[in-house]
Amino acid sequence: MASTVHSTAHGAHGDGGTRRDFLYLATGAMGAIGAGLAAWPLVDSMNPSAEVLAVSSTEVDLAPVAVGMALTVKWRGKPVFVRHRTDKEIKEAEDVNVAELRDPQTDKARTEKPGWIVVVGICTHLGCVPLGQKPTDPRGDYGGWFCPCHGSHYDTSGRIRKGPAPKNLAVPAYTFLSDSKVKIG
Amino acid sequence: MSAPAINNRFLKWFDDRLPVVSFMQHELHEYPTPKNLNYWWNFGSLAGICLVIMIATGVVLAMQYTPHVSLAFLSVERIMRDVNYGWLLRYLHMNGASMFFLVVYIHVFRGLYYGSYKSPREVLWWLGLVILLLMMATAFMGYVLPWGQMSFWAATVITNLFSAFPLVGEPIVTWLWGGFSVDNPTLNRFYALHYLLPFVIVGVVVLHLIALHKHGSNNPLGIPHKGPQDSIPFHPYYTVKDLFGLGVFFIVYMALVFFAPNMLVEPINYVPADPLVTPPHIVPEWYFLPYYAILRSIPDKLLGVIAMFGSLLILFVLPWLDTSKVRSARFRPIYKKLFWVFLADCIILGWVGYNPPEGHFIVIGQIATAYYFLHLLVIMPIVGKVERTRPLPDSISAPVLKGAHKEKA
Ligand code: HEM
Ligand code: FES
Repeated sequence: MASTVHSTAHGAHGDGGTRRDFLYLATGAMGAIGAGLAAWPLVDSMNPSAEVLAVSSTEVDLAPVAVGMALTVKWRGKPVFVRHRTDKEIKEAEDVNVAELRDPQTDKARTEKPGWIVVVGICTHLGCVPLGQKPTDPRGDYGGWFCPCHGSHYDTSGRIRKGPAPKNLAVPAYTFLSDSKVKIG
Repeated sequence: MSAPAINNRFLKWFDDRLPVVSFMQHELHEYPTPKNLNYWWNFGSLAGICLVIMIATGVVLAMQYTPHVSLAFLSVERIMRDVNYGWLLRYLHMNGASMFFLVVYIHVFRGLYYGSYKSPREVLWWLGLVILLLMMATAFMGYVLPWGQMSFWAATVITNLFSAFPLVGEPIVTWLWGGFSVDNPTLNRFYALHYLLPFVIVGVVVLHLIALHKHGSNNPLGIPHKGPQDSIPFHPYYTVKDLFGLGVFFIVYMALVFFAPNMLVEPINYVPADPLVTPPHIVPEWYFLPYYAILRSIPDKLLGVIAMFGSLLILFVLPWLDTSKVRSARFRPIYKKLFWVFLADCIILGWVGYNPPEGHFIVIGQIATAYYFLHLLVIMPIVGKVERTRPLPDSISAPVLKGAHKEKA
């Protein structure tokens, strides 16, 4: 017995050392992987839960929204802007030279029906709600929306035209259930 | 100075089993302290007292507070109107946060002036910065709890900072929120963390003190103490001096609490959170204004976020950016002036952060931001090399007691 113990301890300095090093490393690596895997449920528990994911569509009645008017609805805790655009606004949105935009997108790609623009009302800079839904609100230099927090201007298609925001206002997934009813989400 | 023995028999028995009594005696009583410390050395113990006040008031507030989006605001109003002394507890906690930051900022600038971050105190300096970062996270999450308009929009804007990072940004923000916007899951986790982090801070404070006591306090001359004639026991000399400072601190703190409890808060935070309406001017609490100004001075979203975090992280390498061998600014004629310029720059940044990002504020903010980094990254390394420092005294006692340095041989 004593001699075995002696030879192992001694081996650490000689050629047997690599075996002990290997065991240390392998144990350490297993421990690290195990701890990492065990931590995942803790981390993932902080992601959106099933019931948050479930309440994710809203139906909106468009009948009361006349041309030139707008409606704000809440979807997934965020404001969604629905605007019934005038012919002038539609034309302005379509006539833009897409190549000049910071986040190039045609108006067609951003709308289901030209008369209606539906966007998430969250500034893509740092998340404020832009102004422009109420008739008395400032709408910025491009007639769409204006974010007062750090001065981002959006056009009538919700595209970023001026200011610090990097992206266009997001377009949520939505479908027209009928001419006067839309389902968001 | 020899250690006063423990006389009480019970204490002796107890200390033999758990040596806390001798530990306290060693670290708070005999602990040899440079005899020339001025009042700027008061702010460390004041910071510790602030932390105790925040935890004491926080724990009792937590017994009355409800972390739910539909009840949080009302529960804080209930604390203000119905709970016995609730108004006092909340005003102590709210203004206590401001006093805590004031004290800690003075404590940090003290370190900058007297070169306390230099060898052998680099790790002590790091631990202090870790405490500062933890305090910021704690205060930010605490500010969200009353669920007023500023609470909600501060939470939205600050969490959105992380969306600046490419690819991982959006998933990180969703993870922080636990949903698709700042909502009930966010409020809940912020409350859990707001309760937890102060105790983490206590842990780091203990490490900070262990690091401090290893080499002892720096002092206004910035030279090491060279023998018993340079130091005095902590108790009663500095316990009394700290106690006097504490009295002055309480005068200021209580003046705030009783005469201007809402001076430092935005009135709009007394309007319940509304996810559909952003207030026209979003401003953070005063202690975050300089960083907010740095964020907004840079027109690119990602670079702005990097500059903001960088402005704090850069302080971790300060001990190496400062190339001067002399610690105290008293003996550094050029650095001494630049210190005040830097302090003024930080105050200007705060003032810019308070104002809307329009007109000349943008330009001033950009210049002040540039100078902040210039001071730390360029001026400090160069000045440390080229400056002709004034001669250092032989020892702490030498300038006062002529010939004291002869004794020590
Ligand atoms: C580092 C120490 C701490 C700091 C800097 C801090 C900071 C803050 C701030 C700025 C607020 C918002 C005050 C307001 O506008 O009403 C707040 C609220 C709150 N804090 Fe703390 N806090 C600390 C420690 C604690 C601890 C240890 C607890 C509980 C154990 C706690 C519990 C609360 C509660 C329940 C609220 C909501 C009630 C209120 O708004 O007054 N805090 N905290
Ligand atoms: S959040 Fe809209 S411009 Fe900054």
